Amino acid sequence: MRRYVIKRLAQAVGVLWAAYTVSFLVLDFLPGDPVTAMAGAGVDSGDVDPARLAALRHEYGFDQPILAQYADYLGRAVRGDFGDAVSTGRPVTSTLADALPQTLQLTGAALLLAVLLGGGLAVVATYTSQRWLRQLLLSLPPLGVSVPTFWVGLLLVEVFSFRLHWFPAFGNDGLRGLVLPALTLAIPTGALVAQVLAKSLLTALDQAYVETARAKGAGRWRVHLRHALRNASLPALTVVGLLVGQLIAGSVVVETVFSRDGLGRVTAAAVTVQDIPVVQGVVVFGALIFVATNLLVDLVYPLLDPRIVVASDRRASFV
Amino acid sequence: MTAFPDTRTSRWAALTALLTTGVLLTACGSGSDGGGSGNDSGTPKSGGTLTFAVGSDAGCVDPQQVGSNESIYSVRQTVDSLTDQDPETGKIVPWLAKSWDINSDATQFTFHLRPGVTFSDGSELTAQVVKDNFDAVPKLGALGVLAQGYLSSVKSTTAVDPLTVKVTFKEPNAQFLQATSTHSLGIESSASVRKTPQQKCSDGVIGSGPFVLKQYVQNQSITLAKRTGYDWGSSLWSKKGEAYLDKVVFKVVPEAGVRAGSLQSGQVDAISSVGKANEAALKGGQVTLLHRANPGVVFGLGVNNSRPVLKDVKVRQAILAALDRKEVADTVFPTGTKPATSVLAHTTPDYTDLSADLAFDAAKATSLLDEAGWKAGSDGIRAKGGKKLSLVISWFPNAATNQPALELVQQQLKAVGIDVTLKQGQVSQFATTLQGGDFDLVWGNVTRADPDILRSSFSSKLANFYRLPASSLDTVLAGQAATTDTAQRKQLVAEAQQLIVRNAYDVPVVELQTQLAVTNKVHDLAFDSGSRVQLHDTWIG
Repeated sequence: MRRYVIKRLAQAVGVLWAAYTVSFLVLDFLPGDPVTAMAGAGVDSGDVDPARLAALRHEYGFDQPILAQYADYLGRAVRGDFGDAVSTGRPVTSTLADALPQTLQLTGAALLLAVLLGGGLAVVATYTSQRWLRQLLLSLPPLGVSVPTFWVGLLLVEVFSFRLHWFPAFGNDGLRGLVLPALTLAIPTGALVAQVLAKSLLTALDQAYVETARAKGAGRWRVHLRHALRNASLPALTVVGLLVGQLIAGSVVVETVFSRDGLGRVTAAAVTVQDIPVVQGVVVFGALIFVATNLLVDLVYPLLDPRIVVASDRRASFV
Repeated sequence: MTAFPDTRTSRWAALTALLTTGVLLTACGSGSDGGGSGNDSGTPKSGGTLTFAVGSDAGCVDPQQVGSNESIYSVRQTVDSLTDQDPETGKIVPWLAKSWDINSDATQFTFHLRPGVTFSDGSELTAQVVKDNFDAVPKLGALGVLAQGYLSSVKSTTAVDPLTVKVTFKEPNAQFLQATSTHSLGIESSASVRKTPQQKCSDGVIGSGPFVLKQYVQNQSITLAKRTGYDWGSSLWSKKGEAYLDKVVFKVVPEAGVRAGSLQSGQVDAISSVGKANEAALKGGQVTLLHRANPGVVFGLGVNNSRPVLKDVKVRQAILAALDRKEVADTVFPTGTKPATSVLAHTTPDYTDLSADLAFDAAKATSLLDEAGWKAGSDGIRAKGGKKLSLVISWFPNAATNQPALELVQQQLKAVGIDVTLKQGQVSQFATTLQGGDFDLVWGNVTRADPDILRSSFSSKLANFYRLPASSLDTVLAGQAATTDTAQRKQLVAEAQQLIVRNAYDVPVVELQTQLAVTNKVHDLAFDSGSRVQLHDTWIG
């Protein structure tokens, strides 16, 4: 068990380093540079003085060789210092920290909705004896996964904000402002939950212990919820990492459509103007969340199912 | 930014509008280029809050450092400038400076300040404050590039007496007078000037403007409140003293469809960056579209005049004649967008109408290419000495209209036998591409309400991104920068426009138009000379 834990931790650190390095390289390969992006941002190009730009590049260290820049950035990143945002001059860490609560609110609400909606759908679909209803319900998740999130968002805004005036169309104002964005983000996430859970529920219902329970005279609901769902939830745990990834990615789109402040918006804005320190901060933070979630799942799982440690090496948890 | 498909229909929009507001006002016109607003009827009244949805946030609330229009709308209101510019005539008129003197070769500008002006922290406006501002501009860093450009050849700024400030340049700099009317050279209190550029960006600045920055939440909102006791407005404004509005709240709403729907459903009072796709949704009777062409160099193809193929003036002139500018303007751009009639937009001071030189004439294009030795091949593409007439247009996604406009340009050029490839780059590459010179044609524009923009863009003596050969054009451009005689300057600027268009050093296509929309309860929301907004005279009723 100790070896298993150490191995998992080492893997986690490796993933973080890889995420940092790959994003650094990708950003470096992008044509253009942040200084001109800042100077010429907006719709039209102002008068740009090349000498002034060169001086600024030197100021920010963008004229250093790539390896020197990398070593410098990485050394500071290890100490938790991601430098200052080029576009605003504020420290990256506080930029992210300010945006985090909004995103946690959004993703938390979306996750709750997703589990309720997706879980409910999976349970009903596997419980019902009506063939048409089951087919109908089971065809919803693939649809939910494939509809573009921004389109869902715009549709919800159109109906519930512009026409019915139930909710505001944009902003961070309280609970009413959270409903539509959370619902938008919950649709693809919930679809994923439903797909995984329905599959493992169907598998569980075919198991011998279900037969045994039925033979002992347990009611259908009882069998379904007590026995099958309990066992089916375990495999569902393994996709938590995927869910978190999807929530983070989805928040970029949702926060843009609903004009909410948060990590997603910060990311979109930073990518647009090539604000490298911010993008790096976001990538590392995202990887950290992803790795931590998976690590938690990996460490908790053996406690729930002792058979896992043996097989775990064959399971690719870091995809 | 992005342009997602719009799911609205005008029928619904109209109905929504009817439901949201009980009152049905008449008059749903379109603002003219004069810079007027939606509704100019009724008696103005004070009070109320204007909610304005814009598409982006520059991450900075310092007027001297902001370059993006959607941030200028708000931060402009917090500072006053030495002068103002009449959007109708282009004339420079008094604001913080009651008067000014310029020496004969435009190297020395002396401003006589208005007494009794105070900043919102109580400090007074003096010649020293103006000096502090101008001395600090060159140290503003990357975001202050615009302001730095205006003061680039400054030698010194001196406070002659408490209310007289003198700015001296190393070389003639006639454009400086207009530059003093811009937000980039808006005057901030000495306390603000002492802060670092980053601090000014995130905390805002203390200005003497009609509104005071109350709150800035990045990517979310900018809240302005009326400056009580304000009494030194621009000579162009109709209301004396304080502004009408108590508060202005700018909300950042990136999605164009959401902005339009929010306006229709009464969640906001005004929106910016209305594209063609959203116009239909907004034609509902409760909304007025306002538009004005941006002054400066029009959207068009910047030519790399040093490329072997493009060195031939006949080829360049053929490109000029092959384009049907009206078709491009009408198909792609917001309603009311004008095809280019010069290298300058018609809202630029000293603009000259050269529409005859920019008329669509495919026959002329064909014969010019024939004369230049480019003969049509079997595939319709022309060739000369075994080489095809192929050009690459580099473009950058800084406006949703770029790609559809260029696809049309591509078709129009193909019709006369020129093969065009479109090459998309990153917005941040724009300047590097121009500097590096590895391009045939590049799509872009520059907003500036002074004809001197022609010198910075086309003089072979300066950056010369378009690789123009040295010619009499340089002399004309230098001449207009060195004269203080308005009639003479107008003459020289007209000559420069003719030289640029007739030699086809640049291929003007369409004027960029700023388009806003306001609900009918918003009155007197006016465009300033740079096609941004002025809110001092705006009222709600």
